Amino acid sequence: MEFFFQLLIQGLSVGFLYAIAALGFVMIFKSSSVLNFAHGDLLAIGAFFFLVLSSWWNLPIPIAFLITLVGSFTLGFIIERLFLRPLIGESLILVIMLTVGLASMFKGLMLFIFGGNLFAYREFLPTTLSIQWGNINIPPVYVASFIISIIFLLLFGLFFKYSSQGIYMRSVADNQTAALSLGVHVRRVFALSWAIAALVCAMSGIILGIISGVNVHSISIIGLKVFPVVILGGLESIGGAIIGGLIIGLLETFTGGYVSTSLREVVPYIALVFILLVKPYGLFGLVEIERV
Amino acid sequence: MRKLRFHPCGNYKERYEEELTIFETDFGRLWMLIGLFLLFVVIPLISSSYILYVLNHIGIFAIAAVGLNLLIGFTGQISLGHGAFFGVGGYAAAILTTKLGFPFYLSLISAGIVTALVGLVFGLPSARLKHLYLTIATLAGQFILQFLFVNWEDLTGGSMGIILPRATLFGISLKSDHAYFYVIFICFVGMLWIAKNLLRTRYGRAFIAIRDNDRAAEGMGIPIFHYKLLAFAISSFYAGFAGALWTHYLASITPDPYTLFLSVEFIAMIIIGGLGSLTGSVFGAIFITSLNEILSHASEFFMNLPALAGIALTIAPLREFVFGLAIVLFIIFEPRGLAEVWRIIRSSFRLWPFSY
Repeated sequence: MEFFFQLLIQGLSVGFLYAIAALGFVMIFKSSSVLNFAHGDLLAIGAFFFLVLSSWWNLPIPIAFLITLVGSFTLGFIIERLFLRPLIGESLILVIMLTVGLASMFKGLMLFIFGGNLFAYREFLPTTLSIQWGNINIPPVYVASFIISIIFLLLFGLFFKYSSQGIYMRSVADNQTAALSLGVHVRRVFALSWAIAALVCAMSGIILGIISGVNVHSISIIGLKVFPVVILGGLESIGGAIIGGLIIGLLETFTGGYVSTSLREVVPYIALVFILLVKPYGLFGLVEIERV
Repeated sequence: MRKLRFHPCGNYKERYEEELTIFETDFGRLWMLIGLFLLFVVIPLISSSYILYVLNHIGIFAIAAVGLNLLIGFTGQISLGHGAFFGVGGYAAAILTTKLGFPFYLSLISAGIVTALVGLVFGLPSARLKHLYLTIATLAGQFILQFLFVNWEDLTGGSMGIILPRATLFGISLKSDHAYFYVIFICFVGMLWIAKNLLRTRYGRAFIAIRDNDRAAEGMGIPIFHYKLLAFAISSFYAGFAGALWTHYLASITPDPYTLFLSVEFIAMIIIGGLGSLTGSVFGAIFITSLNEILSHASEFFMNLPALAGIALTIAPLREFVFGLAIVLFIIFEPRGLAEVWRIIRSSFRLWPFSY
């Protein structure tokens, strides 16, 4: 039984990681219906940016954090301006392929600069944040990231539901041409959604970096684990991403604990194929209805 | 007696058969014969064994790229799992040859068929889903297959891999690059011929209809699910066939090369070459394979200079960067790839002196 609880806690924390990683992905999909294969690399860029500022240049943490957010926001703008704007109106295949290309570009560049080593941030979270509950100790990182992601959920939920920008974003994702003809500034929407997504990615990347260390390979692999998570939760649903993340995390650790450790890495993808066959729009996704 | 005549300066086609012809003029036929003559007689005579080695790789990858282009460029279904499908073909050939003693030519074809069946399994989600979801399913396929390559040790030999006996065909040893060159390029020409003609049949035109607008295609009475699966199977067959050729060429197989990066390399080939163009896939294979060789030569070159050996190690990840950059630049500046560049060059000759 103790083993079970141990796995449960471990699974929830791994799942939480996935959930956080999935947030930015859902953001981009929700606002531009682009499957972002460069997601893991955007996470890694955020994590490394923060690493350079906080640990190498020794800036104070809040300032480093703010600069990282501003920097990644700008990076999102630049990515959109340079690479995605020329493709407005082009077929989706090309856009997806473009993110595949961007992914290998970013990854190569980061490996070139930082190498494949594992880095760590210096300790900065106050230990008072940790929660002692019976003999279960929850480290401060999880508490902090839990608070951050709840705030994000609320903010983005409200943003997409009520703000005019958020509604523009949803309309563009739904149908670019119709949105254009109704006077939505599609270019601005794209720029903004990539900027916000890059910002969310940077935040998730930093949290991932605090928990498991900063390494190009491991973070970009998490970027690919996002796919089972968002398919399970539903591609458009931020809440679904979190629940999907937790389920996938649990599935992974329980398979690792009870079945076989080597199966652990691949079981999310096996689950993914089954979900696609049985319930392709996930738990909370929008079912696409096609009308001609 | 037909005469050699030039392309007309415009579209004067009056019947559908004229639209469907492969060679619009006899010049095209002549050029093809010249090309085949160069390929099979002149090139093997003049090239060194290193050049032949590179050419053999180009031939093998071109077969797989043609198959992938049938799927992505003509049917509009993206696959991120072709690296693994290529590996399935390789493993199938290796296992069939070493454990069941299949002869060389039979192992190639059955490897293709096995891969087509595996491809079908990962194509099944396309029953209900559009290409976005299918792309994700093939990504899952890539990881699941990679896992099987490493962990199904009874069959695949795990990370040690399998060592094959040298291929022989009708009693002739195919050990030398020269002999294998002929095998590869005869297969290559055959596969290209099949693909070219497939696209002129109802199947090929159904694929193109599905790519252009699947709802309209369904309205025209094309059962799109069957055709998507068929495209998937054919494309996987090409990948598996090429993978089997590669395994026999190297005479050993390990799980290392068949990563997601190989899938990205295949996609890079067809994007750089040109989506929806068979010649394009060949151009893409030439481009990517040469790029690979140039980059590995560059890092070797730096490695030999003691002062720059440090740079050589850091230059390895730049390979990935250069691939990504090539994909991105081609998508932005020439989304129709090298095939379009080639077409522009040709038509500017044809339309001279009034080319635009």
